[in-house]
Amino acid sequence: MAESIRTVGLSLTAGGKRRVGPLNLILPPTGTTVIMGPNGAGKSLLLRLLHGLIAPTTGSIVSAGQQAMVFQRPVMLRRSVGANLMFAVRRAGGTPADCQRLLAEAGLADLAGQQARSLSGGEQQRLALARALACEPDILFLDEPTASLDPAATLAIEEQVSKAASTGTKIILVTHDAGQARRLADDVVFLHDGILCEHTVAAEFFDTATSPQARAYLSGQIVL
Amino acid sequence: MQDFTEAFRLAFALVLSGDADLIEIVGLSLRVSLSAIVLACLIGLPLGAWLAIARFRGRRAVLVLVNALMGLPPVVIGLLVYLSLSRAGPLGSFGLLYTPTAMIIAQTILITPIITALSRQVIEDLYSEYDEQFRSMRLSQRETITALLWDGRTALITVALAGFGRAIAEVGAVIIVGGNIDHLTRVMTTAIALETSKGDLPLALALGLILLVIALTVNALAMTLRGKSDGLAHG
Ligand SMILES: Nc1ncnc2c1ncn2[C@@H]1O[C@H](COP(=O)(O)OP(=O)(O)OP(=O)(O)O)[C@@H](O)[C@H]1O
Ligand SMILES: [Mg+2]
Repeated sequence: MAESIRTVGLSLTAGGKRRVGPLNLILPPTGTTVIMGPNGAGKSLLLRLLHGLIAPTTGSIVSAGQQAMVFQRPVMLRRSVGANLMFAVRRAGGTPADCQRLLAEAGLADLAGQQARSLSGGEQQRLALARALACEPDILFLDEPTASLDPAATLAIEEQVSKAASTGTKIILVTHDAGQARRLADDVVFLHDGILCEHTVAAEFFDTATSPQARAYLSGQIVL
Repeated sequence: MQDFTEAFRLAFALVLSGDADLIEIVGLSLRVSLSAIVLACLIGLPLGAWLAIARFRGRRAVLVLVNALMGLPPVVIGLLVYLSLSRAGPLGSFGLLYTPTAMIIAQTILITPIITALSRQVIEDLYSEYDEQFRSMRLSQRETITALLWDGRTALITVALAGFGRAIAEVGAVIIVGGNIDHLTRVMTTAIALETSKGDLPLALALGLILLVIALTVNALAMTLRGKSDGLAHG
């Protein structure tokens, strides 16, 4: 397959207004696709559409393989850290040993017995990522996974994401952090008002973004 | 006033002496109401959880019905169970009328709607939070219900306690289908009703005290659990 996800005429109308699309997207089979755009551009809605959590108003999505998602606000089950992870591991047919390994990789081994909902924001994001990785997804969606994290925690998440990408997991990441986008992106999708402004390889996007909306966004102007 | 104080003194003496009749009555009360709550939970918890997550035509009507059934007066349930179990009734051949089994059936019918409606509320709140995560993980409906029941367990135990409190305190249903037969179907509430009207205040009071202690304990347990489920770890 020459792509991980292809959308044709994909659009979503909600609250009487078109929020996304129509979009014709072809995302590369591997590597990291970063989705950028101002607040309210429709990035989270697009991820939900691609992941199949909401039904499109028009158009279609073609993708294959196992998917997982880390939400903008992670959902922690009312269980311990270990039990949260084990829940996902067991569903994926894994063993307690897999759970231990994922906990260690996420740097959460010492917190295994703690209630997940009492974790700090950064720890919750790490757990949410570990839980998503438990099913060894072919496509991993990440919605601003480091939005409220300190630099060290951000790097820890980025390392885990890069590692997943290097083992062949397709990463689709939403972020407002231009530094993070530069570090991780292979290609960038820029949305504005639900419309695709550009989809280019990362290096080109940051040096010579062609759409005025993307240039304004990158230079820190408010785009309306 | 003299009689009143004397009655209390005798009541305490009965409780403290471990009177055999008293123990038998309390024991049967607990057996009937605990059986009823176990059965009501086996039916009501999965049903409530399913109603919380399922989307189908007529769901609102079912919710209204379950809520209405919550308010059914015990005597009406007693009457309906009586009619079903009496010799001429559809289930008459089982000969269950005036047995503890009949009382368990009546109380189960009384509290199953309560368990269903209250657990539906608890699970629906939880599900609004878990919904996307569970759909992202592609959980089946069965897996979703099991996980929600487990994660809602603290609040659901308070639901069960509320049902138990209602069952053990009701008199209308058990007196009709049980008949308050000494050594067979006499439970705390029916005995209190009978002994009071017969004028045996000490026994009625002793049973009343025990019932009060049970009710207070159940409420205290429910409050403690609710405090816990509102706390940091369960938030
Ligand atoms: N269920 C909904 N019903 C109606 N409108 C919605 C719904 N969900 C989102 N929207 C609207 O759609 C638009 C896009 O929302 P979305 O969450 O995708 O933005 P976003 O690009 O992720 O923004 P941010 O960077 O702030 O996370 C917003 O204007 C939002 O108010
Ligand atoms: Mg968003």
